[in-house]
Amino acid sequence: MSKVTGTFWLGRYDTVKTRFSSLKKIRWGRYAVISVPSLWLALFFFIPFLVVFKISLAESAIAVPPYTDMFSWNIEEAIIDVKIKLGNYLYLFEDSFYLDAYLSSVKIAAVSTFFTLIIGFPMAYYIASKTGSMRTLLLTLVILPFWTSFLLRVYAWMGFLKKNGIVNEFLQGIGLIDQPIQMLQTDFAVYIGIVYTYLPFMILPLYTTLEKLDGSLIEAAKDLGAGPIRTFFLITLPMSMPGILAGCLLVFIPAVGEFVIPALLGASDTLMIGRVLWDEFFQNRDWPMASAVATMMLLILVVPIMFLRNGKKEGTE
Amino acid sequence: MTRNSKFLSISSLLGFIFLYAPILSLIIYSFNKSKLVTVWGGWSVKWYVELFSNQQIIDAAMVSLKVAFITATLSVILGVLAGYVLSRMGKFPGKLIVSGWISAPLIMPEVITGLSLLLLFVSLENLIGWPAGRGITTIIIAHTTFCMAYVAVIVQSRLSQMDDSLEEAAMDLGAKPHSLFFLVTLPIISPAIISGWLLAFTMSLDDLVIASFVSGPGNSTLPMVIFSKIRLGVSPEVNALATIMILIVAIGVVAAMWQMRKKENAL
Repeated sequence: MSKVTGTFWLGRYDTVKTRFSSLKKIRWGRYAVISVPSLWLALFFFIPFLVVFKISLAESAIAVPPYTDMFSWNIEEAIIDVKIKLGNYLYLFEDSFYLDAYLSSVKIAAVSTFFTLIIGFPMAYYIASKTGSMRTLLLTLVILPFWTSFLLRVYAWMGFLKKNGIVNEFLQGIGLIDQPIQMLQTDFAVYIGIVYTYLPFMILPLYTTLEKLDGSLIEAAKDLGAGPIRTFFLITLPMSMPGILAGCLLVFIPAVGEFVIPALLGASDTLMIGRVLWDEFFQNRDWPMASAVATMMLLILVVPIMFLRNGKKEGTE
Repeated sequence: MTRNSKFLSISSLLGFIFLYAPILSLIIYSFNKSKLVTVWGGWSVKWYVELFSNQQIIDAAMVSLKVAFITATLSVILGVLAGYVLSRMGKFPGKLIVSGWISAPLIMPEVITGLSLLLLFVSLENLIGWPAGRGITTIIIAHTTFCMAYVAVIVQSRLSQMDDSLEEAAMDLGAKPHSLFFLVTLPIISPAIISGWLLAFTMSLDDLVIASFVSGPGNSTLPMVIFSKIRLGVSPEVNALATIMILIVAIGVVAAMWQMRKKENAL
């Protein structure tokens, strides 16, 4: 009798023990799984911003690396010197160059986003109106450039737009102009480059909304006597708003910090903030100033966009 | 109605011409005999011959392929973990940073990512002596940090589409956490893993800005070499290179689409 209860209790104890240890194992496994990506991100994503902020308060110097250290210590006298230079930030506001670059980036990105929408909307509508293999083919044609090199696609426009390039030859050939016009290295070329590069980003979200559009509403509007233009502005456009917003954000956000397009297609005085940062770093070798520009970009560009995106997410949910 | 659809088809046709004309002209002019890029001098493959005898471009291509391969693999491992943690692990400390970062690569200008990682590497080298100098390792770390976000997004959306009943069933039948992950979860997300790997590979292969910041002397990637060549003007060798790259991608995308259609038809 007592033997039976004994094994019973032992068995019971065993299950409790294994249960407990497997619970513990889950815990440790859980922590390991969580900590690997979290630590990677803390080290290579979060801390770098603190380093940028720290160096933006340093002074440019001819040294390796080319800035002064914020802390200097004298161990014998137990003194830590902290040197903070706010001059970089003051200079950002004093010299209108940086403000102009910021405003001009926002303007260039906004105008290009608008034209991307104008060009992308009919294309998305057309694809959504097709069915079967035609639709697959057209979608593939939109996605294909997205997988090919961005740099090479921008480069293709250099050959297209230059003085003796294809566009000029063509316009001269049909007698529209006598002299080649300067198109490469102008703001116009930058607009073209941005619209061209980010067109697929606009078409895909537009297509997704337009595909789900309820056709009966459009028919109802027509039956009630609305013309095509009225139907478009009263029914189609408001109903495709989520796709328009998503597409505009997907184009505007990368365009505003763009470096490659203004560097290859723009004039030397095409101001964009991404290019200013690049030149500050690679040409002036002023690391603290480049860091100050990066910090300001984060505060007045990235943070508002983050709020905009979050607001949009909450709105759609 | 017909006037409407005519307007739509004409503007779409123009749109597709706009998308493809520059690429087509690149391909045609890569076979141009003349050195003057816009003067047609007859058909020739001499730029391809010259491309393959250009050691600088071949070296850079090898660096880029190596970086892209390791980056894609690391990104898949870390991105799957991150996507899994975010969609299946509930609340944990640091979740805010991980979930904030997932949307960051779409928002963060490349110049900021590049600069901040470079400054981190320089500071780390001063503090602990690692990484010693900059080169392939630092490019891989930088690329992995932004590519794993894309993998995590893809994995997370795949996991949120599928409910966790399969996983719960496996747990009820006594599967241990790791066998649950490897036998149930991983096979379910394998399409997401494949597309994530391909996306990370292409993103890494294509990146100019971040690599320019974090690479060291003698470790130029292919986009860096291309950029320094075309900054000075159009170069016929780059046309040949572009043609090869575009053809590889086109074949890949068409093959993937065909595969997908076959699968759909089989279902």
